[in-house]
Amino acid sequence: MAVAVRLSAVSKKFGGFTANSNISLSIEKGRIHAIVGENGAGKSTLTKIIYGMHLPTSGVLFIEDKARRFTSPREAIRAGIGMVHQHFMLVPELSVTENIILGHERSHLFAPLPLKKAKATIKQDAESYGLAVDPDALVTTLSVGEQQRVEILKLLFRQVSIMIFDEPTAVLTPSESEQLFETLRSLRNQGKTIILITHKLDEVLSVADTISVMRKGEIVGTVAASSVTKQELAWMMVGRTILMSVANPEATPGKTVLSLKNLGYQTRQGEIKLQHLTLQVRAGEIYGIAGVEGNGQNELLQILWGLTAKEAIICGEATLNGTSIIGKKTAQRVLTGISLVPENRLRHAVITDYTVSENLLFGRHRERSFHHWFGFSSAVISNYAETMIADFDIRCGAPATQQLSTLSGGNQQKVVLAREFNRPAISLLILAQPTRGVDIGAIEAIHKKIIAARQRGLAILLLSSELDEIVALSTRIGCIFKGSIVHEFCQQEVSLKKESEHEFLKEIGLHIT
Amino acid sequence: MNNPTTMNRTTLRFFVTFLSLLTAGGICALLIALAGRNPLIIFQKMFSATLGSSYGMGQLIFKMTTLLLVGLAVAIPFRLRLFNIGGEGQLLLGAFTAAMTGTILPESIPPIAAILLCTLAAMVAGACWALLAGVLKVQCGVNEVIGTIMLNFIAQAITGYLLTYHFAIPSTVHTSPIVKAAAIPTLYKVTGWFTNSPANLSTLLAISMALLCWFLLFHSRFGYEMRAAGLQPDAAQYGGINAKSHSLSAMGLGGAAAGLGAANIILGYKHYFEAGATGGIGFTGITVALLAGAHPLWLIPSALFFGFTEYGGLTVNALIPKEIFMIIQALAIILVISFSALEKRFH
Repeated sequence: MAVAVRLSAVSKKFGGFTANSNISLSIEKGRIHAIVGENGAGKSTLTKIIYGMHLPTSGVLFIEDKARRFTSPREAIRAGIGMVHQHFMLVPELSVTENIILGHERSHLFAPLPLKKAKATIKQDAESYGLAVDPDALVTTLSVGEQQRVEILKLLFRQVSIMIFDEPTAVLTPSESEQLFETLRSLRNQGKTIILITHKLDEVLSVADTISVMRKGEIVGTVAASSVTKQELAWMMVGRTILMSVANPEATPGKTVLSLKNLGYQTRQGEIKLQHLTLQVRAGEIYGIAGVEGNGQNELLQILWGLTAKEAIICGEATLNGTSIIGKKTAQRVLTGISLVPENRLRHAVITDYTVSENLLFGRHRERSFHHWFGFSSAVISNYAETMIADFDIRCGAPATQQLSTLSGGNQQKVVLAREFNRPAISLLILAQPTRGVDIGAIEAIHKKIIAARQRGLAILLLSSELDEIVALSTRIGCIFKGSIVHEFCQQEVSLKKESEHEFLKEIGLHIT
Repeated sequence: MNNPTTMNRTTLRFFVTFLSLLTAGGICALLIALAGRNPLIIFQKMFSATLGSSYGMGQLIFKMTTLLLVGLAVAIPFRLRLFNIGGEGQLLLGAFTAAMTGTILPESIPPIAAILLCTLAAMVAGACWALLAGVLKVQCGVNEVIGTIMLNFIAQAITGYLLTYHFAIPSTVHTSPIVKAAAIPTLYKVTGWFTNSPANLSTLLAISMALLCWFLLFHSRFGYEMRAAGLQPDAAQYGGINAKSHSLSAMGLGGAAAGLGAANIILGYKHYFEAGATGGIGFTGITVALLAGAHPLWLIPSALFFGFTEYGGLTVNALIPKEIFMIIQALAIILVISFSALEKRFH
């Protein structure tokens, strides 16, 4: 079969750091070729070389058997290469059509835009690839999934033949992901070449034809998707066999810690986000909330952490160890024993320009034990940081000087977890997507820590879009749909049904859609 | 890995700034040459009239003091992503308040008390004026740039009106002088240095203020919260930090610093309020803060540099228009910003 993209001994160095070393790879035309690897393995650099954002330090890039040297994405686009970035490149105030033709207007300066003609092409593309989206809608009004479709339509409009997708499902709900895979398959069937960057192995196995695994800047192997298992892929990625699910001894729950009764949440626009949500979390258990994103999980977290919008109407009861928490400020909640690991780590849980030590302190800086006169006691903090770094195996240099932004995603998350797991007088731990964007090796370590925290007698509320994570960790599972818990699996059910994981996942899936 | 460490960054920043100043100086030399003068002689004259003379040094210190304080007025709110353009208005109100307080005090008051009262009044006036912009921002969503610019106009109008119609000595444009006790002694009087120059003890107040701000920002829990709120407001909210109250404190602190600048001008030098007493120096504070990267201690050399170009320019005004040195100031800022951008692209 013809080769669409070929890399021959390509290396890329940044200063003394080698991001890609001696990579040789052939990507066949009309296939879905996945590139997997842990965070920092060099996947992004590789795609940026193909897309013209980086020039390789050495080696040659061939596009359809012609040696190319792109100095900008513009040249790559002209050569028929398109990319859907993880963070969409759309102008929110413009309509779908305007966004799609942007940079590709094909009309004279000051002449009116050929919107009608463009709209017709877009409609045709949308129909033939199942990319339903209203061409007149403003991009701001679209959901994340729809925005991604606009990005794909943009590539189709430019008639690219090679499409690069960078972590396309990171922002999607499971059903949107399924839809995306359908689109990818139909794109491939129409002869497009697809390069898929991801670290989700299940997805890769279900959608890709060929899989290349990267580790530490090198390609460690390229295999056909049909001839490899998840475990084998994982082993190639980390270079060792890892437990796909950690040992999870039976829990012995104690008294109720968090009790939510008939919780309701209505936005100012009158949209109901939560209704009659009732659940209890007991000491020494993990209560997993399974559900598709956007079914009220965010609002639930807002209520629990005291960050609800001013105009929102909240009803019902929320008590922690018998006292109501509604109306309390975030700083007060911490004192009552709640700890939260928010979903969006970089935006909400850390200050990326602060050092590792300063981040280990963030949100806990009001604790007296760290204080010294008007500032902080550097001795106490360096002691504390040393302990946390050893306990959570955080890989970093000197914590007092290394900036958090220089750590890998997994290590950043470990910093957050170390801080939140060890708050004094903690009784409830809320974990939202605790392993999102974290590589496999770190996931295992984090799961172990979560189980250990449960063993310590903490009540844990776990929200995750990864169903297998929910099943692997939870003592009880609540299925959330349209703002209420529509079904709850008790402890016996969970431990019984876990035996046949696949069936259980399917059953949960029925309750959350 | 390929990220420069914190230590490296500071050195790099220093290098970039130094290079910018050098380039700006080079361009300035070119302009002087184009104007038909020998730049070496002009520069040599500037240096001998400032650093080379006892009076010139005093003038330099005097200019630096006000510039440092109005620089702080911009730098502190800048840490919270607030751009305080209102240093001029805050300084003006501070100056008027200091002069007014100085005139109503009894003659018999002890100097320490008089100076303290006048200085505090000036700081409170400046802080209130800045806080007003802060409240407008936090409560009503008025962009602080617009708010402070408008408040500058209002401050100018109010002080102008009060001066002209109520407090000016007939047929002059200034108020009656402050009581003797409220005058801050000049450094010449105290130490015998800086012959007859206007440099006065308020320089010590200015440096203490810079040190205080530096301590608050980088070594206190207050500053830890404040910097976090400026870097990532959303994360600060999750960490239980009240970003709004920090915005107000930053504006208040900045305004107080600007108000303190009045102590130097009014209490230390003029001893009365007059039309145009501040001469737009509050706006130069913006450039002082930008050159210093909004760091309270780097503000000191930055203010010295601007003081040097301002006063040095005056000393050679007979040979070359002093406006050339305004070009240096502006060029230095533009170069720092563009060099920093270039340096980032390198990495």
